Amino acid sequence: MPQPTPFTILLIGLAASLIGSVVSVRWTIRVSALAAFAILVILAGSAPRIAADVALFAPLWSMPSLGMAGGLRLDGLALVLALLIAGIGLLVFVYAGSYLHGDPKLRRLVVTLTIFMTAMLGSVMADDVIVLFVFWEMTSLASFFLIATNHENANARRCAQQALLVTGGGGLALLAGLLLIAIAAGTTSISGIIAAKAAVLAHPAALPAMLLVIVGCFTKSAQVPFHFWLPNAMVAPTPVSTYLHSATMVKLGVYLLARLNPVYQDEYVWQHTLTWFGLATAATAALLALRETDLKRVLAYTTVTALGTLVMLIGIAPEQSAVAAITFLVVHAFYKAALFMIAGIVDHETGTRDLGRLGGLARLMPVTAVAATLAALSMAGLPPFVGFVAKELILEAKLDAGPLSAGLIVLGFIANAATVAIAGVLSLRLFFGESRPTPETPHDPPWRMTIGPVVLAGLGLAFGAAPGVLGQFLVEPAASAVLGRPAAVSLKLWHGFTPVLLLSLVTMGIGILLFAQWERLAPRLKGQGLIDRLCPSRLYDSGMHAIVRAAERTTRLIQHGRLRDYLRTLFVVTGAGVMITLLARDGLALPAFDAPAIDWRAVAFLGIMVGAIAAAMAKSLLRAVMAMGLVGFASAAVFLFFAAPDLALTQFAVETLTIVILAVALSRLPHQRADDRDRRQALTDGVIALLVGSAATALLLAVLASPLDPRLGDWFGSASVPAAHGRNVVNVILVDFRALDTLGEITVLAIAAFAIVALLRSTRPEANR
Amino acid sequence: MIQTLILRTWAPLLLWMPVLVSLYILLRGHNEPGGGFIGGLFASAGLLLYATARGVAASRRVLVLHPTVVVGLGIIVAAVSGLPSLVASSQPYLTHLWWMTPLGVDLPIGTTLLFDVGVYLTVVGMSCAIFFGLLSWQADIDGGQSGTGERS
Repeated sequence: MPQPTPFTILLIGLAASLIGSVVSVRWTIRVSALAAFAILVILAGSAPRIAADVALFAPLWSMPSLGMAGGLRLDGLALVLALLIAGIGLLVFVYAGSYLHGDPKLRRLVVTLTIFMTAMLGSVMADDVIVLFVFWEMTSLASFFLIATNHENANARRCAQQALLVTGGGGLALLAGLLLIAIAAGTTSISGIIAAKAAVLAHPAALPAMLLVIVGCFTKSAQVPFHFWLPNAMVAPTPVSTYLHSATMVKLGVYLLARLNPVYQDEYVWQHTLTWFGLATAATAALLALRETDLKRVLAYTTVTALGTLVMLIGIAPEQSAVAAITFLVVHAFYKAALFMIAGIVDHETGTRDLGRLGGLARLMPVTAVAATLAALSMAGLPPFVGFVAKELILEAKLDAGPLSAGLIVLGFIANAATVAIAGVLSLRLFFGESRPTPETPHDPPWRMTIGPVVLAGLGLAFGAAPGVLGQFLVEPAASAVLGRPAAVSLKLWHGFTPVLLLSLVTMGIGILLFAQWERLAPRLKGQGLIDRLCPSRLYDSGMHAIVRAAERTTRLIQHGRLRDYLRTLFVVTGAGVMITLLARDGLALPAFDAPAIDWRAVAFLGIMVGAIAAAMAKSLLRAVMAMGLVGFASAAVFLFFAAPDLALTQFAVETLTIVILAVALSRLPHQRADDRDRRQALTDGVIALLVGSAATALLLAVLASPLDPRLGDWFGSASVPAAHGRNVVNVILVDFRALDTLGEITVLAIAAFAIVALLRSTRPEANR
Repeated sequence: MIQTLILRTWAPLLLWMPVLVSLYILLRGHNEPGGGFIGGLFASAGLLLYATARGVAASRRVLVLHPTVVVGLGIIVAAVSGLPSLVASSQPYLTHLWWMTPLGVDLPIGTTLLFDVGVYLTVVGMSCAIFFGLLSWQADIDGGQSGTGERS
């Protein structure tokens, strides 16, 4: 049965973005927060129904004529993501209002965040690859604008562009992949694609389609080798980093991989690509996180580690890994969003984000310290936090992975130990270590800023105490969607003394060791220039540089700025093209002439000829324009004589306007200058003119020689009145039968108009600006 | 710019006559020679004559909106005219819908009219953007001495 719920959710988001952009900035925040809260309530209300395995499906969005088959669908997987998006969104709106208090950019930031929230909700609820893609790209664009919030800063612009190009480039790959899959499945509906699994896998382009989708998801979720954009995106204000670049947007790639997992889960390439790239990402980012001292960049790299772990979990086949993935996704969103908000508070209060200059803040900001400690303990995976549950599940999934287990555990070890160490740095060292002087003396910020971390860290503890609730209402329905079959989930905090626990303890030990050595390890790792040289970001930079240089060279070659040469190129290509085609295809032909009778209508053609000759002989530009006008009016007369009144009218009007415009334009330009071409140039131009003239003549003769196909004309003539209620066939074709063409043409007009306006503005004399 | 007294006096007529004719041409377009494109050209001819007679500033005031805004408006109107068919009858985009007036006379009104108005606006906006731009540009070359142009 159709359910309007998903549609309502999107409408609320849209309305909030619209209202938020007109009311005062205080209300913008209230409206956005209220919208997020309303969406949260709606989602929570539908959770029991979805847990009972009923997906809420809104087919309202189907538009078969645009090739959109599916609608919006809220199932278990979408619900988990949507709850995170709305819930963390609510906290971020509250937080942002205080964090950027009094900043003139606050309203724009909040509205863009609201648009982003709506697009994210649309992405996860879309049951159609086209709808999904549109929302997906909207999140990329929102991310671009949000990263470049401080657009006066060149580095912010550069990082925003990098994020946009990497995710946008991946988006193109994704579009191609999704289209291939949709073609193979015969439908764009995602549930339809999953149902048509056999057809999708049997298609000749199945492998390229899958790899393209994977590339798209990897760029979005910052997997190796595309991971470099995410740390750079940290130039954005902290609310943005919290929301987009840790909790939600970067999970979108993971989401889509999970969404398509039912189709590909048994494929060898899918399993191994995801597993190994995910692991490589996790390990690389863990290593890179250890050598950073900027609070936000450290967090960014641990986010990449988490994303790598998630991708790896989707890649591993057994059922346990899907459960682990969903649990970890939720858990990570809780602690990482909390830690980002805390990083923002520390930055805001102390005036620095450099870990080397911070320490012992607990006495000055106790509330923040408590929240940070809770979040960090969940991050380190200690009981009784929900992070522990997730970590145990991940280890179990790795142990269950059969022959892969050994490799998974060894590589995963690095990531886990580093995560533990960094959790220690972010809580113990930052808040309880020795005090260090900071640019500003910190104290706890207003409740609007602390409520986010406190709530999120508290949730980490609460779900750790009652993991069953999380398992029943969120993880089970979502894991079923990832696996494509019902999954039985019972999350427990204590599993007894198992090999998993032992592994856990060993990891913890190494992590603590790393933490103890962090102060000496971080500078040493930072000093390793080799790591910088290996970063694919250098490849990106040189690629960008090469593109700009190639563009410069091409522009210099083609856009040389000599009008005469432009015209010569244009005419030679046209004339030679027509001539060569006619000769090569044996197209030259002469029509059969009837008995030549002198017709009075020939006067018009005489006018054209006289005008053309006069234009060629004219001594000044103005005279040439007048002569060309004669050609135009005589052509209009031809149209009139041969029963094309519409064309004639248009031609008259265009001709009049052209002459007026040209006369005005020329009246003050130095147009009196005589023809300054030398003999050779004049001769060349003459040859070109001859070529174009003879080509046009030959073409017209050939057209006249072939019999006219009357079918189209007859059809338009007879269908005009009954189908389109119009007797003027020309107009009916323009506005009705071929309206899309006309729309395209007026768009071209518009672009030309804008170009001319821009040109006139940019060439305006300096003195009078 | 040539601004003789005679031309200035006649300017309103030179403006409104073509504009009226253009509206007539626009409306009758579906059955007789005419339509949005030709209508738009006629209307812009009127605006151009007015600008020639009384200056660009005066002509800009007649148009109220900036020409480029008119262009955008035209595109939007034309594009929107194709939407009702998607929503109302889930037919392809730009399938025009018709509404038979209950006036006794046979006068069908369709979304085609909206589309043609869009074309009309685009053409008017485009011609004015070019012409006003050129005139302002020239006024700048003249150093503002003739006082006919204005900066946009």
